[in-house]
Amino acid sequence: MDSELTRMTAAGIAALVAAGEVSAVEVAAAHLDRIEAVDERVHAFLHVAADSALRAARAIDDRRAAGQPLGPLAGVPLALKDVFTTTDMPTTCGSRILEGWRPPYDATVTGRLRRAGIVILGKANMDEFAMGSSTENSAFGPSRNPWDLSRVPGGSSGGSSAAVAAFEAPLAIGTDTGGSIRQPGAVTGIVGVKPTYGGSSRYGVVAFASSLDTPGPLARTVLDAALLHEAMSGHDPCDSTSVDAPVPPVVAAARQADVSGLRIGVVTELNGEGYQPGVITRFTEAVELLESMGAKVTEVSCPHFGYALPAYYLIAPSECSSNLARFDAMRYGLRVGDDGTRSAEEVMSLTRAAGFGAEVKRRIILGTYALSSGYYDAYYGKAQQVRTLITRDFEKAFEQVDVLVSPATPTTAFPIGERADDPMAMYLADLCTIPSNLAGNAAISVPCGLAPEDGLPVGLQVMAPVLADDRMYRVAAAVEAALGQRRGHPLLDEANGLGEARPGQEGRR
Amino acid sequence: MSITREEVAHLARLSRLALSADELDRFAGQLDVIIAAVARVQEVAADGIPPTTHAVPVTNVFREDIIVPPLGAGVVLDQAPAAEQGRFRVPRILAED
Repeated sequence: MDSELTRMTAAGIAALVAAGEVSAVEVAAAHLDRIEAVDERVHAFLHVAADSALRAARAIDDRRAAGQPLGPLAGVPLALKDVFTTTDMPTTCGSRILEGWRPPYDATVTGRLRRAGIVILGKANMDEFAMGSSTENSAFGPSRNPWDLSRVPGGSSGGSSAAVAAFEAPLAIGTDTGGSIRQPGAVTGIVGVKPTYGGSSRYGVVAFASSLDTPGPLARTVLDAALLHEAMSGHDPCDSTSVDAPVPPVVAAARQADVSGLRIGVVTELNGEGYQPGVITRFTEAVELLESMGAKVTEVSCPHFGYALPAYYLIAPSECSSNLARFDAMRYGLRVGDDGTRSAEEVMSLTRAAGFGAEVKRRIILGTYALSSGYYDAYYGKAQQVRTLITRDFEKAFEQVDVLVSPATPTTAFPIGERADDPMAMYLADLCTIPSNLAGNAAISVPCGLAPEDGLPVGLQVMAPVLADDRMYRVAAAVEAALGQRRGHPLLDEANGLGEARPGQEGRR
Repeated sequence: MSITREEVAHLARLSRLALSADELDRFAGQLDVIIAAVARVQEVAADGIPPTTHAVPVTNVFREDIIVPPLGAGVVLDQAPAAEQGRFRVPRILAED
C-alpha cells in the first residue's frame, strides 16, 4: 500500500482521504518513508519537516472525523521550494547567507497551502536565490534527476521537480523567473506551470527579479497541477503586483482536455539550430497529434524572440543586484568578520563575499554594470525596449491564434558538471521559456515523450495570453490524455535512475 | 574587450563584494563573454520604442488601511546576527579618522 500511495496522483490521494479509505497520516508517513529511502541519492530536500508534516496530517484526519468539509487537496503532501518563507522550517534559498534562517512570517502561498489542508513535507533544493538552470548553484549540493542520477533535474526549482519525479511528493511549488518551473518540469518528465505574472502572490517569496518572479505548481498530471494552481492563487493585498481578478478556470479546463477548433501557433523562432534532434522529433509529433485531435495548426513568427535571452540577462541581473542589496549582514542571516575593528561596510563586503556563490556574485556585478551611469541607456534601457518588442510579438500572435507552442527546452537533461563553468551555455537552457517571463503571460510544460537518442523526457511548452491560463491547461491535458492512451502507462513508469522502472512492453520508448 | 578586470573590481566595490584576486580574474573573463552576448539588444531596440518596466502594468494600488499587530521585537531580533539591549547590534559605521 505504501509504495502505491506514493505513486498516486494528488487528486486520487485527496479522494481516498476524503472517503476515509486512508488517513492523511498514512499518506504523509508513506511519503516520509519514501524520502528516507531515496533522498540520499536524489537530494531533492534541504529540510524534511517530519513532525510538522505528521501534525498537519493529523489535523486533517481530525477535521474529517469531526465532519468538517475538506478542500480538494486536503491531506496531499507537497514539497515547497526553499524560497518561500515558513515560520516552522528554515528558509535558505540554497544560500549560505541564509543558512538556518527562521523567517518570522509565512509567505502568502505557504499560508494558502496550509489552509487548503496540504501537508508540507519540507523545503526543496534550488539554485541559490533561484539563479540557475540545474541546482548546481545550490550552496548545499545539487539535486539529481530521477531518470539518470548523473544528470541535472533542471533548475532553479530542481529540488521541486526531482521530488515529484522521484515519487517523494505528488505536488511541489516552485518559482519561475526565466523558466525555473517549466524547464525542470520538462527535463524530469512532469508538468510545470508558470501562471500569468501576478496571478500568484510574491509576498514572502525571497525576491530575485521582482518584475519576473512567478510562483507556480509542479505535478505528475495536468489535473493535479490545475488543482494546486487554484489552491495557491488569487489576489493578495500584501503584493501590490498581484492581479485583482478571478483565478482562471484551470481545473475545469484540465478536465475538458479538448482542443477541437482551437487555433494553435507553432513559433518559427523556437526551433531549428541548437535544438537536440530528439526534442524536435517529439515536439513535431505532439503538434501532429494536436492537429489530429481537431486543432488548427499554423506557423507563427515572433521575430524578436531571438533577443529575449540577451534582454533577460540584463533585466534579471539588474533587478537582482538591487534586491540582493538587502543582504547586509545587519538584521538577519550570516555575519562575517565582526571582530570590533572592522567597519559595517567591511563586514558587509566580507559577509556577502563569503555568503554568496559564484553565480549570484556574477549576476550582482552584471546588474550593477547594466544599471551604472554611462551604461544604463545602452544596456538596461535597451533591454526594456526589447521587452516591449517581445510583448508586441505575443500580442500580434494572439490575434491570429489562441495559444502558441514550442519545445520547453532546447535539449534534454544535461550531465551534472557539463555547463557548470560556462555561464552562457547554462543560460541557453532557458531559451524557450524566457519570452513568457518578459511578457508576463501564462505558459506550461507538459511531457511529450522521450528523446530517442538518450531516452530522456521532452517537454511541450504551451503559451497562453495574460489571464487565459485555462487555455494552456486544455491543450496540455489533451496531449497528456492522448499520449497516455497511446503509451498505456504513465511516462514516469519508465524512469530508471533509481533502478525502479516498471516492466512493460518492448520498445515502448 | 567589453569589460576589464579593473572595472570588475570597481563594480565589486560598489556591490559590497570583497572578491578575491582569483574571483576577479575568473569573473572578468566570463563577464566579458556575457556582456558581448547581451549587447545584442542594441541591434533591435530603435529609438521611440517605449520601455517595459513590468509584465502586467498596474498603477495606484491601494488596500484597506487596517491596523494589524506588527511582528514583535523579540521575534525579529531572534534572527539577528547580533543583538543588544533589545536592538540590532552593528559594527561601527564611521571610519576611525
